[in-house]
Amino acid sequence: MFDIERWQEIFETIGKNKLRTFLTGLSVASGIFILVILLGFSSGIQKGVKSQFERDATNRVSVRTRTTTKSYKGLNPGRYIQLRNSDFTEINNKYDNELEYKTAIYNMWGSQVTYNGETGNYRLEGANPDQQWIENATLVDGRFLSQDDMDETRKVAIIGNIIKKDLFKGKDPIGEIISIFGVNFKVVGVYSDPGGDREEGRVFVPLPTSQIAFNGGDRVRSLAYTVKMSDDFDEAVALSAALSESMEQDIKAKYSVHPEDRSAVRVDNTLEEAKKIYSLIAVIRNVFWFIGIFTIIAGVVGVSNIMLIIVKERTKEIGVRKAIGALPSSIIALILQEAIFITAVAGFIGLFLGVGLLQLISPMVDNDFIKSPQVDFNTAITTVFILIAAGALAGYIPARRAARIKPIDALRDD
Amino acid sequence: MIEINELHKSYQTGANSLHVLKGINFSVKEGEMVSIMGSSGSGKSTFLNILGMLDEADEGTYFLDGKPIRNLNEKVAAKYRNQFLGFIFQSFNLINYKTALDNVALPLYYQGVKRAERTEKAMHYLEKVGLSQWATHLPNQLSGGQKQRVAIARALASDPKVLLADEPTGALDTKTSYEVMELIQKINDEGKTILLVTHEDDIAHMTKRIVNLKDGLIIDDSIVTQVRADEAQRKAAAHV
Repeated sequence: MFDIERWQEIFETIGKNKLRTFLTGLSVASGIFILVILLGFSSGIQKGVKSQFERDATNRVSVRTRTTTKSYKGLNPGRYIQLRNSDFTEINNKYDNELEYKTAIYNMWGSQVTYNGETGNYRLEGANPDQQWIENATLVDGRFLSQDDMDETRKVAIIGNIIKKDLFKGKDPIGEIISIFGVNFKVVGVYSDPGGDREEGRVFVPLPTSQIAFNGGDRVRSLAYTVKMSDDFDEAVALSAALSESMEQDIKAKYSVHPEDRSAVRVDNTLEEAKKIYSLIAVIRNVFWFIGIFTIIAGVVGVSNIMLIIVKERTKEIGVRKAIGALPSSIIALILQEAIFITAVAGFIGLFLGVGLLQLISPMVDNDFIKSPQVDFNTAITTVFILIAAGALAGYIPARRAARIKPIDALRDD
Repeated sequence: MIEINELHKSYQTGANSLHVLKGINFSVKEGEMVSIMGSSGSGKSTFLNILGMLDEADEGTYFLDGKPIRNLNEKVAAKYRNQFLGFIFQSFNLINYKTALDNVALPLYYQGVKRAERTEKAMHYLEKVGLSQWATHLPNQLSGGQKQRVAIARALASDPKVLLADEPTGALDTKTSYEVMELIQKINDEGKTILLVTHEDDIAHMTKRIVNLKDGLIIDDSIVTQVRADEAQRKAAAHV
């Protein structure tokens, strides 16, 4: 490999056929280039979708109810199923071992929030302290809801970043009083949410407070939980699916809802959704690899083809070399090394161009589903190995053919 | 140096088999200079290829410097060729992108000789054929005679036991042919065994022994008085 003489010979032949080498290299370089771009985007999609899930905890299970659509046990469809505090406690008690964080939510859309003459419509959510973890909210300032807030039905509120921006105009909101539908709440915390503006336009207040202040009685709108995660992702998915299934059955039985009534009681589990999306991403990634690999194969076939032509052209020369004592192995090494050299150099050029382009466009891509498309180090290393293997493959057949050349045939004067 | 007994060779061409060599007995002693003559189709090229281990006989024995040449694998054949034989071809067969010096050094490269030593040896042989000033020239910058001299230097570089020359003057004019023959004679004078295939009478008579092949058999094998190439050249010049 570090035989100077052989390298000289390789450079000599490459130098003699610049255009041919360039065109061959181009096909390899574009193959790698395309592979890198595809892989970059597939990782971008992965990151984008992952961040979509980060809005809420990935292991979230939520229970929502609506009106029934099927008659069951003599009851007509169109009945509204109302969840109550007691449902929350029952489920909490029953599944205590499997559940991690728990909250019941009493919410009001488009609640009028006023501060110092500024008014906006936001979503009000009466919730338990666990809501912070279930929503994957990050506290920016102050504190989140506490058990004392609940027990003493304090009129405190945690507002989202966007509300702070809208109503407080840069002023510190902690300790200020806001009015929600005319009821005064003291702001004790500000949160941000990976879900962005849409998720940050909410006001969290203690559940009992919201029920008392806004005529809620013991009614709740929905329940939300996170499932305890086990180390094995598939196991966690199965557990979370079984749990949501079981909860759905419990509530349906309690309120006499037809077991097939999908809309009356809905228990969604994010983990199962996440799994579906992740496997979709895996499929996309595989498809990209597939396309990329075949593009490289096309390039490699080009190299192989060129090397065959080179061997053909150099038949006589190889014959002479053998006549004066060249071993078959040295002939193989000569051809193989040239093929690997061309693919490696062209491949690295393609790799750098691809990575460079990704670096360049990465900050400009700002889409919900694609985030900073980039190739990581491992992927780059993998493509490099693919390259070298491809080069060896491209050179092997021509090299073997060269080694088989009989000097007597090569030297015949015709 | 060379001992050959009952050598047979046939070629398969489609359905029919062509019996080219039909039992050749032949021996060469060290320091001899032998020309092999014969019309085309007489089997002389096949004979030379077998001598050069580029081809293998079907039957018979071949000893080169006491070593049996039979069923060699490619690796051993390559090694033997490198050690025992130097080839000179009608069409020179120099590698056209290598300088004269690099061409001469190539057999040494395959012997595993180090670069510095290789260059020194190659230069020595180039000097011997009188082309040391042309060392850095590419073959296409050289005349036919010069190319053949480079080829001779290359054949000598590995210090082989036997030089095999296949129509070495076939592509050269008379004057250049005589110059090349003069060089080959000089090499023989120094004790190198030389085998030379030719169909030109005058060239054959510049060797010391002429073997005539016809239809795959040796029909005549006789010692001749060697005509010195430089004298022949002087005579030819005097004629004009």
